[in-house]
Amino acid sequence: MTTEALTTAAAAEPIVPGAPPPQPLWLDFWRGIADDNPVMIQMLGLCPAMAISNQLANGLGMGAATIFVLVCSSLLISMLRSVIPNEVRLATYILIIATFVTISDLVMQAYFPLLSKTLGPFVPLIVVNCIILGRAEAFAGKVKPARAAADAFGMGIGFTLALCTISAFREVVGSGMLLGYSIFGPNYEPWVFMIMPPGGFLTMGLMFLVMGWWGERKKAKRAEVHA
Amino acid sequence: MIANLSWIFFSTLLINNFTLAMFLGLCSFFGVTTKMDTGWRLGAANTFVLVMTAVAVWVLNTFVLAQAPYLRTIAFIVVIASLVQIVEMAIKKFLPVLFRELGIYLPLITTNCAILYLALTQTTRGYGLIEGIVYALGGGLGLTLALTLMASIRERLDVADVPAMAKKMGLVLIIASCMSMAFMGFAGMGSG
Amino acid sequence: MSGHQHGAPAASTPDAGSSTARLLITLAFFGSLAGAVLAYTYQKTLTPIRKFAGEKVEIAVKEVLGSPARLDTLFLVGDTLSRTVPAGVDKLEATKVFIAFNDKGERTGVAVEEAAPGFANEVRLMVGFNPATRALTGFKVLAQSETPGLGDKIQKDSSFVARFVGKLVNPLKGDKNPTTDPSTVQTITGATITSKAVIKVINKAVDTWKPRLDAFAKEGGQ
Repeated sequence: MTTEALTTAAAAEPIVPGAPPPQPLWLDFWRGIADDNPVMIQMLGLCPAMAISNQLANGLGMGAATIFVLVCSSLLISMLRSVIPNEVRLATYILIIATFVTISDLVMQAYFPLLSKTLGPFVPLIVVNCIILGRAEAFAGKVKPARAAADAFGMGIGFTLALCTISAFREVVGSGMLLGYSIFGPNYEPWVFMIMPPGGFLTMGLMFLVMGWWGERKKAKRAEVHA
Repeated sequence: MIANLSWIFFSTLLINNFTLAMFLGLCSFFGVTTKMDTGWRLGAANTFVLVMTAVAVWVLNTFVLAQAPYLRTIAFIVVIASLVQIVEMAIKKFLPVLFRELGIYLPLITTNCAILYLALTQTTRGYGLIEGIVYALGGGLGLTLALTLMASIRERLDVADVPAMAKKMGLVLIIASCMSMAFMGFAGMGSG
Repeated sequence: MSGHQHGAPAASTPDAGSSTARLLITLAFFGSLAGAVLAYTYQKTLTPIRKFAGEKVEIAVKEVLGSPARLDTLFLVGDTLSRTVPAGVDKLEATKVFIAFNDKGERTGVAVEEAAPGFANEVRLMVGFNPATRALTGFKVLAQSETPGLGDKIQKDSSFVARFVGKLVNPLKGDKNPTTDPSTVQTITGATITSKAVIKVINKAVDTWKPRLDAFAKEGGQ
C-alpha cells in the first residue's frame, strides 16, 4: 500500500527529481481532503477507520490524535531533512513518529481517560498507520516545513473526515444516538449489527460503492463528451 | 493451564480473529488476496514474525521495560522492524521464488497493525512466554485463515460479472462483512 | 531498518555513503532525544493517570460495599493476606482486598476484583460480599466487551445488578426463569452466556478469597 501511494506521488511529479512540484500552500492542504484523501483514494489507514469507528466521539478523538502525530512528525522531519542521513532515513522517521505517538497516548490517558480506554491499543497503533510514514517518505522529507505542515494537516483532516463520516453513520444507525444524545427517541430499535465488526466492513463497503458509482458516472460523462 | 492456553488459542483464532473481528492486517487482506497461493504464504510469513515477536516482547517486558513503560511503543516497533528485516533476508536467501512473489508485501509486514497489536495486548494482559507464543500462533493462524478464505472467494469473483461500481474495494469489503458475520457465530465457544 | 529504496534519491540529504559512525551517532542521538522527551512526558502525566486509576477502583469499592464508614486494605503476599504491600510491587497493581467496617467497627463486607471469560472477552468485576454469611452486597462491572444491547446489559441495566444483592453464594446459580431461591439469580434473556460469566466470576471470587480471609481472621486479623 505504501508503495502504491508513493508511486502515485512519483508519477505525478515533473522532471525535478525527488521533490514534489511546487504548489500554493492551500492546495497542499486541500489535496489531503478531497483529491488524495488518505482513506478513500489512497486506501491507507483502513485499520483504525473501521476498528474504532462505532461512535462519533471515537472518530473525533482518533482523528485529533492522528492529526497531532501527523503534523508534528511531518514538521520535525521536514526541519531535519538535511541532517538525517539517507541510510537511516526510515529508522529515524519511525523513531520520531513513535515518540509523538507515545506522547499523545500518555496525554490521552492522563486527561481523556475514558476515550483512552475506549480506543484502547489503537492509539499506539497510530505509529503503524501507513498514512504517517507514507507522507513522511513521499512529502515531508523533501519539502520545506511550511508545505510539510500544510500537507500533513490536510491529510489529517481528510482522514478525520472519513473517520467521522463512518463513525457518525454507524452510531446513528447502530445505536440511535449521536455523541451520546438520542436522535430517534427511546422507541428506536437500533441495528446493533452496525456497531459490531461486520457493520464496520459494511459501512466502508457502502462508502466505496458510492465512490465507485460516482467514478463510473464521471467516466460515462467524459465518454459522452468525447463521443 | 491447558484450558487457559486452549482458550487463548481458540478465542484469538476464531472469536477475536485478528482480521475479521479486530480489523488488523487489512492492507495485506485487501492487497494480497487475489491469488490463494500468495495469500496463505503471506499468512505463514506473518505467523512466523508474530511468534518471534511474542518471544522478543516477553524478553523485553521481563528484563527491560519494567523500568520505562513509556518506551514500550518505540521498543516494540524497533524490534518488529528488525525482525521483519531478518525474515526478509532469510526468505530472500532460502526461498527466492517466495521472495519474488511476495514482493513489496514482505517489508510491509512491519506496518501490519497485527504485529504491534499483539505486542501491546500481550503486555497489557500480562501473558507469560508460553501464553504469548500460543497467542501469536492463534493470531497468525487466524490471519492466514482470513487471507486464504478471502483469496479463495476473490479467485472465483475474477471470472464473475461484477457491476463496475462495485469492482475492487466495494465488493471485497462487503464480502469481508459477510465473513466477519459468519465468524461471529463462534462467539461463546469458550464458556458455558 | 527495512531497506526499501524508493525511486529518485532525496535531493536534499547530504553526501551519499555517510560513514557508519555517522549513521550510528545520528540514530543514537535521536534515540536518546526521544527517550528524554518521553521520560519527561511520562513523569508529567503519571500523576493524573494514577489518580484516575485509583479513583476508579475506589468508586467501585464504595459502590459494592454501600459507602462504608471505614475501609481497610489487605494485600495478597503469596497466598496469605498482609497489611503491608509485598516488596517490589506497586500499590496500585498489587492484588488486594478491601474490608468495610460500619461505624460500630464491625466488618460489613469485603470487595475483591475477579475476572472470567465471557461471550467475547473477559468479564472483570468488583465483587462485594460478606464472608461470614456468604451473602452478596453487590458487584460492579470494571471491564467487559460483550454484545452491545444484549450482553452489555450486565453493565448498563441496573436492575440486573439489583437481582444479585443479598443472594447467597453457596454457590450461586443461574436460571432463566424468575426465582425466589436465595442462591439462584435470573439470567438476562438473550445473554445467558454473559450472565453465566458474571455468576462464574462471583463464585470464583468468593471461593478464592473466603479461605484467605478466614485464615487471616484466625491469625487475629480482622
